[in-house]
Amino acid sequence: MPMAADDIARLIRDALPDAHVEIEDLAGDGDHYRATVISPAFAGLPRVKQHQLVYNALGTRMGGELHALALITRTP
Amino acid sequence: MTDTATLESIRNTVESHDVVLYMKGTPLFPQCGFSSLVSRVLQHMGVEYHSVNVLEDMDVREGIKVYSDWPTIPQLYVKGEFIGGCDIVKEMYETGELKAFFDEKGIEAA
Repeated sequence: MPMAADDIARLIRDALPDAHVEIEDLAGDGDHYRATVISPAFAGLPRVKQHQLVYNALGTRMGGELHALALITRTP
Repeated sequence: MTDTATLESIRNTVESHDVVLYMKGTPLFPQCGFSSLVSRVLQHMGVEYHSVNVLEDMDVREGIKVYSDWPTIPQLYVKGEFIGGCDIVKEMYETGELKAFFDEKGIEAA
């Protein structure tokens, strides 16, 4: 089952409450998304750690029901 | 479940080659767009790398995600260190960071 963009954004915001989250549906198929996440929590962390914070928010869905999520992380 | 033998074998692989790419398919016949992109970046930079096709071994396919605490494939390792997946490699390549990183690690890259 593909995931709705709103659900992805909600899960990320639950884990990173002060994050600004934008989700784009790249292919219009509810299966290929790009998430841009801007959060002060990323400050000073290497990219791998920043992305892990987002992946952890999505739990087991990532690589499962959420097939493709391109990820861009930034600090404000 | 991922057993310690699988994780040990992954550690051994990433430590015995300077550059290792875990991917779906092979550099010649990639079976996923994200894997294809990373292998093409490495080829374009003229970096010599060892590739592991995770589709050939279910234990490695699941084990590599546990090893790096990273949910997706491809995964790039340099000198035993996990560098990232497709998004990170692409961004590092575009900003020139990847070239600088290979230089710093003493790995030939153009």
